Amino acid sequence: MPFRADVLICMGTSCIENNSFEIRELIQEEIKKHNLEEEIRLVSTGCFGFCDAGPIILVQPDGVFYQRVTEKDIPFLVEEHFLKGRPVKKLMYTPPKEKVPIPKLAEIPFFNQQILIALRNRGLIDPEKIDEYIARDGYAALAKVISSMTAQQVIEEVKASGLRGRGGGGFPTGIKWELCRHAGEERNEVRYVICNADEGDPGAFMDRSIIESDPHSIIEGMIIGAYAIGSHQGYVYIRKEYPIALDRLNTGLEQAREYGLLGDDIFGSGFDFDIEVHRGAGAFVCGESTALMASLEGKAGVPRAKYIHTVEYGLWNKPSCLNNVETWVNIPVIINRGAKWFTRIGTGDVSESPWGGSKGTKVFSLTGKINNTGLVEVPMGITLREIIFNIGGGIKKDKKFKMVQTGGPSGGFLPEELLNLPVDFDSLTKAGSMMGSGGMVVGDEDTCMIDMAKYFVSFLVTESCGKCVPCREGLKRMKEILERISEGEGKEEDIELLEELGFILENGALCGLGKSAANPVLTSIKYFRDEYEVHIREKKCPAGVCKELIEYGIDQEKCNGCTLCARKCPTDAISGEQKQVHTIDTSKCIKCGICYEVCRFDAVYRK
Amino acid sequence: MPKIKPEDLAKIKERTRRTLILREGSGRAKVTVHMGTCGIAAGARKIMNTLLRIIEEREIDDIILTTSGCAGLCSHEPMATVEVKGTAPVKYVDLTEKKIEEIFDQHVQKGIIVKEYALGVGSERTE
Repeated sequence: MPFRADVLICMGTSCIENNSFEIRELIQEEIKKHNLEEEIRLVSTGCFGFCDAGPIILVQPDGVFYQRVTEKDIPFLVEEHFLKGRPVKKLMYTPPKEKVPIPKLAEIPFFNQQILIALRNRGLIDPEKIDEYIARDGYAALAKVISSMTAQQVIEEVKASGLRGRGGGGFPTGIKWELCRHAGEERNEVRYVICNADEGDPGAFMDRSIIESDPHSIIEGMIIGAYAIGSHQGYVYIRKEYPIALDRLNTGLEQAREYGLLGDDIFGSGFDFDIEVHRGAGAFVCGESTALMASLEGKAGVPRAKYIHTVEYGLWNKPSCLNNVETWVNIPVIINRGAKWFTRIGTGDVSESPWGGSKGTKVFSLTGKINNTGLVEVPMGITLREIIFNIGGGIKKDKKFKMVQTGGPSGGFLPEELLNLPVDFDSLTKAGSMMGSGGMVVGDEDTCMIDMAKYFVSFLVTESCGKCVPCREGLKRMKEILERISEGEGKEEDIELLEELGFILENGALCGLGKSAANPVLTSIKYFRDEYEVHIREKKCPAGVCKELIEYGIDQEKCNGCTLCARKCPTDAISGEQKQVHTIDTSKCIKCGICYEVCRFDAVYRK
Repeated sequence: MPKIKPEDLAKIKERTRRTLILREGSGRAKVTVHMGTCGIAAGARKIMNTLLRIIEEREIDDIILTTSGCAGLCSHEPMATVEVKGTAPVKYVDLTEKKIEEIFDQHVQKGIIVKEYALGVGSERTE
């Protein structure tokens, strides 16, 4: 019997954390109870990207989108919608500030303003079924390449598409492939292709999501790359913290081998290629190309100077081509639909050279003080404002936007004045930030820039491998200075000292991590210098974050003695009788801010 | 699984097509059976089963079959709405297994509206 409805349940890491496994089991039971097993099919899919709304269920063909589903909603949902055909309103998504829920996924702003290339199969196929990938034109690009294109033609097509490395560097992919092929041919050496899935940026999860929802798209991209470069061995370097992604990738690799899409004589063409998976051990620096290759070789994951590029001497000193997950998954689409189609999306002009613009889409993970936390794929050239306010749904609790950090821990902070900046490789770099792998952390009015800079510098201090002095010592000094400023001990010359250290890092560090590590500090000074000055001169934190610089008190006029703050205070610093004005004993106060959060009468102030 | 050749991709695609058509919502036509309490009591389940059987027997893979709640005209249940892509939806009333089979043959397959069973063309306006 054919099915009349598909119930797609998100099995991304975030939804699984919120019990989507249990929810699936329950739905299965309820469906059985109502004898609908032959009419309704349950499908596990990868991440939908709207992680804030998880666990997510999509019912097709109606396109009804359910969010934040809990186990206790299931019996009602199955009976109402699946048996009686009445979609359940209370589980639908209602945008912030609005009252009426939106029933259909296609009408939700978070989804309908995205263009999906890298995430083309998300929420649509079961990632563990190769046939479903094939039904969505999977491996058609590989077939086309192998049966009708020469290696050089593939390289030319990728070059013409203007595709640039999605891991953050933005190096044109086609040129990289050509250099690698050329180096191998010249020296008559074996070549390696590698997929960088060592996604270490705090708050970034696009690679994980892509592998979890569509592992075959990476495999296909890598096989095409290997064919173009003339490689017979590939590696996926995946971070250890991604167990589900690893499982699905391994399942995908096995299926591809069974179909003869990996191994000897692919598609009966005589071309051999296989992929091995290598798990990282959790070091951030291993996302850097030379460190990653050292780690693959079994050595300590530290970078080396790159006056010789890895496309010439990479893994085991052989020509090696390393591309990020997102770069690889763009390849099949470019081959299928053509470079010309791809160049219609994005900015600039790449007809002369791939450096001329930023083409295609980019996946961003939206986190921080934003309403719709999640994963979005948008065309290059879209403005920050569109991403944050239209797709991201604006700032949580209606607060004021203050800054967005793009590009991960070593990306820069961008202020409100730059919200209309088009998002592409070159504009972001010009503004002092970077595309990076696509992290986007949003801060609101309660975000202190010194505190943010301190957080990211601290992260980079622990992740610095220690091989070169500017990064090892420079970052530590920067951290000390920032700590000093946030404790009210800042000196007038600290800002200049930070800038000087930043300059040395940018120019003297060995690898990309060190070179870009000062970005958060430098941009926070560039765009929020006044905040540094207030911290240093007035010993105050305008956002009320730096503990040493703030004090809590209770407004006598506003306090009505409800005792809530006194009951919540962890150190018993608040005293006062019921219905009497309360007071805070500043000697006991640890400035945790709980009283400020819980007071319903705005009586607790921070200064 | 045997190793595949480029030409096998089309076969796999064909085989899996029916699975994905539901999810992509890319069918040529959509038949909605109204299955509110009234509809079910009046025999909507039989209508549903008949449609499922036809689709199965004839190996049809471009028609989406779905359900919805009560259409508000309970005395004329069972009801179904047929919507051929690019044309207005048509509501059929007082259905029987025989009638729905005829509607399927004529309207869904050939695009000819079966006027004698139809209530009217179009849908109510929704906000």
